[in-house]
Amino acid sequence: MDEFLNGYLIPFLWIVGKILLFVIPVALTMAFLTLAERRVIGAMQLRKGPNVVGPFGLLQPFADAVKLMFKETVVPTGSSPVVFFLAPMVTFALSLLAWAVIPVSAGWYISNLNVGILYLFAISSLGVYGIVMAGWASNSRYAFLGAMRSAAQMVSYEVSIGFVMISVLLTAGSLNLTKIVEAQTGMWYFLPHFPMFILFFISVLAETNRHPFDLPEAESELVAGFMTEYSSMSFALFFLGEYINMIVMSALVTTLFLGGWLGPQDMLPGLGFLNVVLGWVPGIVWFALKIAFCLFVFIWVRATLPRYRYDQLMRLGWKVFLPLSGIWLVLTAGFLVYSGKLAK
Amino acid sequence: MIVASLAFYLFSLMAVVGALNVIFQRNPVHSVLWLIFTFFNAAALFVLLGAEFVAMILVVVYVGAVAVLFLFVVMMLDINIIMIREGFLKYLPVGALIGVILLVELAVVFGGWTMAPQAEALRVLPTNPDQLTNTEALGRVMYTDYAYVFQAAGLVLLVAMIGAIVLTMRRRPGVRKQKISEQVNRDAKDTVVMVQVESGKGLS
Repeated sequence: MDEFLNGYLIPFLWIVGKILLFVIPVALTMAFLTLAERRVIGAMQLRKGPNVVGPFGLLQPFADAVKLMFKETVVPTGSSPVVFFLAPMVTFALSLLAWAVIPVSAGWYISNLNVGILYLFAISSLGVYGIVMAGWASNSRYAFLGAMRSAAQMVSYEVSIGFVMISVLLTAGSLNLTKIVEAQTGMWYFLPHFPMFILFFISVLAETNRHPFDLPEAESELVAGFMTEYSSMSFALFFLGEYINMIVMSALVTTLFLGGWLGPQDMLPGLGFLNVVLGWVPGIVWFALKIAFCLFVFIWVRATLPRYRYDQLMRLGWKVFLPLSGIWLVLTAGFLVYSGKLAK
Repeated sequence: MIVASLAFYLFSLMAVVGALNVIFQRNPVHSVLWLIFTFFNAAALFVLLGAEFVAMILVVVYVGAVAVLFLFVVMMLDINIIMIREGFLKYLPVGALIGVILLVELAVVFGGWTMAPQAEALRVLPTNPDQLTNTEALGRVMYTDYAYVFQAAGLVLLVAMIGAIVLTMRRRPGVRKQKISEQVNRDAKDTVVMVQVESGKGLS
């Protein structure tokens, strides 16, 4: 009994507690991200955005959630009901699964996987299933077209994302996310890998189906793409999944290129007393700030750029990004070997 | 240890259930979804073995790429289930014959199966977690010990890739494509003509 308690029950409860400590802040961030998106785009378009519910519109996300909960659930005729409801669950679950390996501060993670970056890559490559299943099960042409576009788009951009990840992990010499962040001490990878940082961010936009690559749900041509037939909570799960995916991808960019939880005092030594003060700020604050910056760029891009055409999207992925990231990988490997900096 | 064995039986059972569903589902798309489920359980079994790298690669390659293409193709196909049922009796003897042959072969193989005496020692060596991580162990085997064989395998894949491209590439006349270099290199001088038109005459 004692062995059961100490060997299984307490570790189990500890893991559940850690998961809650991740999931609740992520869900709250997602809620306020929707508000921030509408407010920021409003400001960029010289309007106010939602500002009525609560102070500065802060309660707007909760009002939206309540509204969605009381809507009617519609199942289209001729659809496949099990797959139809499985699809939003898959999207939502996958967006949360990624948080299992992301270190938000030194030693703050759920699991310190040795193959953490591969795990993240695997989870992000599964994201296409939720969309394809939704498109097929909806028994609707708009939804199906959206799903087909999405499948082609996500498979294309994954390849260059993979190459960029390999360049980074060659430089760091580990697949472990904690070790990748530690390897960036003094030199965050967005400086030596600057072209890949930009390329990676653009690929991430395509991978999360965000503007200007939001072809799967292009509302002016496909109504709402794969989400056309969804309503109420099944729609809400897609919505949650999509926004949490944005946060996950921002966390990935932060971890791979922006030095994770390391503060600016790490990059700029010689500031004297200011460095000491900055050193007191906990790592998670820097991590959150960097994520917030990435999310702001997500929204900024949405307010600025028009949507890509489908053939342009494919051309960019296969004919521009794939060769560039491949060449950069070879250059990185060559440089590391000849300068003797290859991690043993 | 109990939890590990329970997990093993759970994942193996789920893998078998998933594999059975792949062949017994009437709807081909559901079959592919069950296949994905089976892949996941196989990956979980690799994790239980301590082969985390292989598990992740299994998910990335098979679930993330191969099964997506399967799903893509199966969704596009218009498979008529009644037509398939009609041929069932016709092909039953051939199918049964192949099944019996496979069963006999498997019986012969597993009947005479003996474990090599040093098998246990060999199994432990390559991924000893105290000395090497998974990734390093695999990397040493592939890129140091068997580098040439690995390169040869890569060449075989390259040939397959070139073959696929050659077989599917065709030039159709009359297809208009966007050429970005041409668009960028266009100049106002080449494309715009300023004309003074006298009133009442128009351009000839």
